[in-house]
Amino acid sequence: MTSISSASPAFTGRDPDNRLFGPLPDVQGEAGYDGDHPARVGFFTDTSVCIGCKACEVACKEWNTLPMDDAHGVRDVIGLSGMSYDNTGQLGANSWRHVAFIEQTRTVDLPMPTFGRPGDDRQDSGRSVPDGPNDDSLATAQQSSVLNAEALSEFDPQTGQSGTDKQIRWLMSSDVCKHCTHAGCLDVCPTGALFRTEFGTVVVQDDICNGCGYCVPSCPYGVIEQRKGDGRVFKCTMCYDRLTDGLQPACATACPTQSIQFGNLDELQARADARLATLKEQGVETARLYGRDEDDGVGGNGAFFLLLDEPEVYGLPPDPIVTTRDLPAMWKSAGAAAVMILGVALSAVLGSRRLR
Amino acid sequence: MTEGITTPGAGWRRADGPPAQKRQKRRRRGGGRPGGEVAMVEEAEFTSYYGRPIIKPPVWKTPDVPLYLFLGGAAGSSSIMAALADLTDRPALTRNARYVSGGAAIASVVFLVHDLGRPERFLHMLRVIKPTSPLSIGSYILAPFSAAAGATAAVELLGWFPRLKRFGGVVAALFGGPLATYTGVLFANTAVPSWHAAHKELPFVFGASGMAAGGGLTMALSPIDEAGPSRKMAVAGAAIELAAMHRVETEFGIVSEPYHEGRAGRLLRAAKSCTAAGAALTVVAGRRRAGAVVAGALLAAGSLLTRFGVFEAGMASARDPKYTVVPQRERLAARENGHAPTITR
Repeated sequence: MTSISSASPAFTGRDPDNRLFGPLPDVQGEAGYDGDHPARVGFFTDTSVCIGCKACEVACKEWNTLPMDDAHGVRDVIGLSGMSYDNTGQLGANSWRHVAFIEQTRTVDLPMPTFGRPGDDRQDSGRSVPDGPNDDSLATAQQSSVLNAEALSEFDPQTGQSGTDKQIRWLMSSDVCKHCTHAGCLDVCPTGALFRTEFGTVVVQDDICNGCGYCVPSCPYGVIEQRKGDGRVFKCTMCYDRLTDGLQPACATACPTQSIQFGNLDELQARADARLATLKEQGVETARLYGRDEDDGVGGNGAFFLLLDEPEVYGLPPDPIVTTRDLPAMWKSAGAAAVMILGVALSAVLGSRRLR
Repeated sequence: MTEGITTPGAGWRRADGPPAQKRQKRRRRGGGRPGGEVAMVEEAEFTSYYGRPIIKPPVWKTPDVPLYLFLGGAAGSSSIMAALADLTDRPALTRNARYVSGGAAIASVVFLVHDLGRPERFLHMLRVIKPTSPLSIGSYILAPFSAAAGATAAVELLGWFPRLKRFGGVVAALFGGPLATYTGVLFANTAVPSWHAAHKELPFVFGASGMAAGGGLTMALSPIDEAGPSRKMAVAGAAIELAAMHRVETEFGIVSEPYHEGRAGRLLRAAKSCTAAGAALTVVAGRRRAGAVVAGALLAAGSLLTRFGVFEAGMASARDPKYTVVPQRERLAARENGHAPTITR
């Protein structure tokens, strides 16, 4: 399919090739590239090994020369968010990688005192377990002990085992543009500034964008944003400039733990499936892949994630659907409403007699 | 994707921050929920990342965009009225409807261009044509419409080229209906929960609201004996607008909420009062000069307030992660249970 058919599925609703919604095996082909285009590339962000170092954020800012902003996207301001170690706040025009920090606790109902469990005496930490089953004092002791490094050293974030009836874990996740199979931003862009690259990624051409802002609310993930003082929109390009030179994106290059993995999408998907199986085997029951499923509402993501909790905990929508899926119904409704206006006007004119 | 719901033992809660603690307290008092379950009930408990919005609210400026919607609606419906009045020999109504439609068309283009982040690049809108982009299709509706309606109004004012005037009026009328209704698609084709949910209704709301405004304005400007069609169109538009808006405000569960609350709620209540009063006054006193003027002004004000209200409701629904997370959770739960998207509590 190298040409755009005149009977667009957006008007007719007939979409046998899944051009609006559903799995799309050859996303570049659908966008009009010839058969010899490169393989679709992507990110697999494995949050279970993210250490929250923000090297990805820094590398991205440096490579793409993004301006400074605070946790609310205000430009040229240094500010602490006051909510966590996350002072980036969100993805936006000036932050194309965003490391989310979530500190969580849970109470576990252990029938027995917990000393003697394997792993508790790891590294000779001298934390004593309170004798009585007094919840409050235990919680307080736990709270204060969490703050010292010894307690932290015996805490294993992977499985969340800290050996008492109150557990603490940190979730860290480097969020990025998802480079959706069905990208809402790309669909609604009226100027063609947003386009699908030969690598299957979605990129804004900043010499075309006229700042209409339509892509901003059309992204179900809230990724793309208008830059204040500039007027145009900006988002992750998956380092399109580096890709064309055979380099990896800056964030993946900088990641010290391989939490951010870059590669051909099908290879990454296989790797992610294997990683999920390993984690499940190790008893990490809350691990799940996000954006991996090509039957989801956006046809799967080019940048997908392994998460340890529900997506909304990380600020991700639990069940995003590309808005354009419903566009045929909307055009139909608009057409019907336009006919209605014509009909009302016509009958109003015909039903009125001139008083002359 | 949803192991956390079904797997017991994953009772992780956010540890820090006052909002989380408050939420936990409430949960405890309520008897506690099984671990990992995401509640989506009465007080709409849900998880979010420090209460931050998930989607980005539109960057469209107010009053630019609501005014654009209002003017586009009024221009579209009055251009149709102008063409039909011209064909049925109502010269005064024709002239006034052409002025309304031409003036509103030109003004709406100004507002639309002014809203761009890079106004000098407004011609990039016509670089490509994309059926998946309501703004692209809208540009191809607005460009010929504003050219035709503006030119028709101009030659009407100058009194030149009567033949050309009629042709221009018909061209404008052809694009008038789509211009008044495509803006509903423009809003609905976003991830903004309160707009997207009402995607079948919004084109009718905006189209009918445009009829009320266009009918009201032309009725107020034209002689009583010629303005019969305007009165009828205004009353019909107001009735349809009220009915369609009622559906938007009630049919969509939690995402209908922003239409009732805060600034959007106040604007829409005022809009309803104006529209209903304007329609009633049109019926009662539309055949008197003063009555027609007041009723027309009320209908236009109601239409304007409706656009501002719908705009604000969408903004509110985008800013609160509740409206993004809760419906999506409901959808997931419904899919899992294999029944319609209502949630068992």
